[in-house]
Amino acid sequence: MTTLSPELIASHQLTEPEYNKIVEILGREPSYTELGIFSVMWSEHCSYKSSRLHLKKLPTRGRYVVQGPGENAGIVEIGGGYVAAFKIESHNHPSFIEPFQGAATGVGGILRDIFTMGARPIAVMDALRFGPLDDAANGARNRRILEGVVSGIAHYGNCFGVPTVGGECVFEACYNGNPLVNVFALGVAKGDEIFYAKAAGVGNPVIYVGAKTGRDGIHGASMASAEFTEESKQKRPNVQVGDPFLEKLLLEACLEAMQTGAIVGIQDMGAAGLTCSTCEMGSRGGTGIEIELDRVPQRETGMTAYEIMLSESQERMLLVAEKGREEEVFRVFRKWGLDAVTVGQVTGDGLLRVRHHGEIVAEIPNQPLADSAPLYDRPHTQPLRSAPMRAPAFSSRDLTRDLERLLGSSDICSKRWIWQQYDYQVRTNTLAGPAAADAAILRVKETGAALAMALDGNARYCYLEPREGTKLLVAECCRNLAVVGADPVGATNNLNFGNPERPEIMAQLVESIEGMADACRFFEVPITGGNVSLYNETLGEGIWPTPVVGVVGLLKGGPPVGMHFPRAGLAVMLIGGLGKCDAVHFGGTQYAKAVLGELWGLPPELDLDHEKRVQTCVREITQTGVAESAHDISDGGLAVALAECSFGAPGIGAVIDFDSGMPPELLLFHEGPSRVLVATAEPEKVQEIAAGHGVEALRIGTTAEGQLTIRNRGTALIRAEVEALRKIFEGALENKLRD
Amino acid sequence: MKFGVVVFPGSNCDHDAWYAIRENLGEQAEFIWHDSTRLGDVDAVVLPGGFSYGDYLRCGAIAKFSPVMQAVKRFAADGGLVLGICNGFQILVEAGLLPGALVRNAALQFVCREVRLRTETTNTPFTAAASVGQVLRVPIAHGEGCYVADARTLDELEGEDRVVFRYVDNPNGSARDIAGVLNPARNVMGMMPHPERASDPLMGSSDGLLIFRSMVSAFAHA
Repeated sequence: MTTLSPELIASHQLTEPEYNKIVEILGREPSYTELGIFSVMWSEHCSYKSSRLHLKKLPTRGRYVVQGPGENAGIVEIGGGYVAAFKIESHNHPSFIEPFQGAATGVGGILRDIFTMGARPIAVMDALRFGPLDDAANGARNRRILEGVVSGIAHYGNCFGVPTVGGECVFEACYNGNPLVNVFALGVAKGDEIFYAKAAGVGNPVIYVGAKTGRDGIHGASMASAEFTEESKQKRPNVQVGDPFLEKLLLEACLEAMQTGAIVGIQDMGAAGLTCSTCEMGSRGGTGIEIELDRVPQRETGMTAYEIMLSESQERMLLVAEKGREEEVFRVFRKWGLDAVTVGQVTGDGLLRVRHHGEIVAEIPNQPLADSAPLYDRPHTQPLRSAPMRAPAFSSRDLTRDLERLLGSSDICSKRWIWQQYDYQVRTNTLAGPAAADAAILRVKETGAALAMALDGNARYCYLEPREGTKLLVAECCRNLAVVGADPVGATNNLNFGNPERPEIMAQLVESIEGMADACRFFEVPITGGNVSLYNETLGEGIWPTPVVGVVGLLKGGPPVGMHFPRAGLAVMLIGGLGKCDAVHFGGTQYAKAVLGELWGLPPELDLDHEKRVQTCVREITQTGVAESAHDISDGGLAVALAECSFGAPGIGAVIDFDSGMPPELLLFHEGPSRVLVATAEPEKVQEIAAGHGVEALRIGTTAEGQLTIRNRGTALIRAEVEALRKIFEGALENKLRD
Repeated sequence: MKFGVVVFPGSNCDHDAWYAIRENLGEQAEFIWHDSTRLGDVDAVVLPGGFSYGDYLRCGAIAKFSPVMQAVKRFAADGGLVLGICNGFQILVEAGLLPGALVRNAALQFVCREVRLRTETTNTPFTAAASVGQVLRVPIAHGEGCYVADARTLDELEGEDRVVFRYVDNPNGSARDIAGVLNPARNVMGMMPHPERASDPLMGSSDGLLIFRSMVSAFAHA
């Protein structure tokens, strides 16, 4: 065996102690192929070596949880003998290098995670972050990245046949050199037909199915585990190319093959490809796996063992079948026109043994390779922040104009230009799609029930105070479900942070995870899996801490409660009251950002106990059918929420009267949580329910045709035509993209 | 009445059509695999939406050579009812069963939204239950739905009352706002909008059922 130079080892992003551990595990120096295998398995992306210690703090068990973290996706029971499998995953680095394919393969990867568990994907949502579209230096590039990412998601999801039912999209300068693409997917399966990624049964064949292996995506996982530098642009070949049609064939073939009963275990080949799928399946099953690379279908000639093992070619799966029943599996894959080849077998020695051209090129114990990656307790100090604590002096000259500016701002404006490119209806389950209700709602035809999905992040809050900011976003996500009448049953998280080797960044991560753990425990939503994306830095500039949470809830099937006022003459109720806010807690609002161009202070204050009572109350209001519309107050505060309620098809606005001593900017635009707007014909009933939960339910006005008028103690604060506001709200994004 | 829903490997609205026919319409439906050379005992054929064979080439350009399409052609020639929805419309055009072509949307983007369709003729087995001028709310979801044909063909379609639906607000640049057309024998219709997605009030509209109901009554009176 050739001796590996220190430079070669360093170029695999392995430290000296890590390399020494490899030598210790093997009892010898690794071969070049083995070095590659260890480098991807022990990369941050695959091993979570910086975050694992802290991820353990998250609650993962709950009444509905069938499968928590550690599998391809989390699984929760949804009644009627069915389960939902869901997870979120990031494809940030590839989407910066090649937006279209990066985002497309991000969708493809998470869809495979879902159907490898036996679940048919029924919905996708996306959390997107870009640099500002009008940024002087980077605007043109940011627009190009946004357009590429959106069309990549559309290309893959639409062809595959999964509806993209919503999401969120936020713009901040910190994403100029590092956009975020997080894809949240959900599927449904029968409870007794779940498949796991375990290799069991010595002698059982290991079968490779799907696309042929090429040289694309080699070291993708390692690329995602380092900061971006000028040279990163040369890493374009590391980005994979997606084929959604092939993925659709793979989906149908896998689900059909699972029905034969001949499949023992199955895992998709995602990050770290053949390497990861073989050693993880072996490790979970406590078995060994022996594969022969000459049998792997290849689309290029002359590929080395190193390249085949590390390729991240898309649309491939590895499965273990019952010995003697291979033909049943092959028959299904032939029907769908896909390659299916026995490439090896399960062994009893616990080793990953790889042969190529008659020689053993790698022989590594599965368990330490998959599970004994180094674990770091990285030093953490105070979370990085440079924003001042004190508020600047501000006083509005025209509050209606301020509202217009907010409605036309990138974060708040309609994202129709984005979601209209997604097929959000295919499979005819979408009861509430993009911008229809606070959560997306999907019926489950098999059970007659419905599922709600919400996805939230708020990096502004998290930058100011990671712990509280993360609690706030978990609360908002759960509130979104409560608003549509759903009970949260499980959650998935995507932790997008900068370089964990910097103690002030590591502190953001630690505090955020701890805040998430507290809030998830409080709202009884276990985290069943997720993804950590670190090193989101370009040229030393890190992103703001951007944890994103997706929550899944259960509700009765039937017509959903939307966010839009359906008709004039209804009472507008503010559940949870006007809330409180001072200048310091106003610094993270959209008003501070879009109107004042500032960031300061702290995120809004959250009283978890009050929040929970508001959620329980709103859930009951929605479930009893007294709400004709419901919408929570979040970005942009009360005035923006009222405007959003007005943008339904009939253009019904409202006339609102407050009685408050708060400064008008704060009254209209503060983002204090635990507040929901409800339109109802039965205000007394709403008040009665609220009283039962000890929650304030203010009757603040009446829905009215065509106008939005807001007064405080008789003084008009806002006076606008709904259609004029709508024009600003609907046209803003397209105008910015046209520039 | 039994509907046959053709399944190409990349069809993804096949289940939706099947579900709408069985659950919302209350008729029978069965799937027909793309390499079948026979359609079996079905009374009508639906070519559903999706991406037939990936459609990385022109949409439907490969599907027209599939074994099942030869059977569909014979079925149509014998007067059987054939409804092509979205990708199904593209395939019917490629297969020469309907005139014209479907090219990229004028805005060069995939678009998914509800559109309003004006019923132009009720002299068809697909719209007999509607009234002329009736506006239906039906969703579209396509990247290549811009209907084009030369002026003579368009004049002919109009002259022979073969334009079945027009968009009230043209979403894709289609010539003369055309959303759905008939063959000369009036037993084959292609349309870009998805009636199967508008077959259940829960989904926001059940106007699409009118098309399936028309087919059922046309078959009953045939």
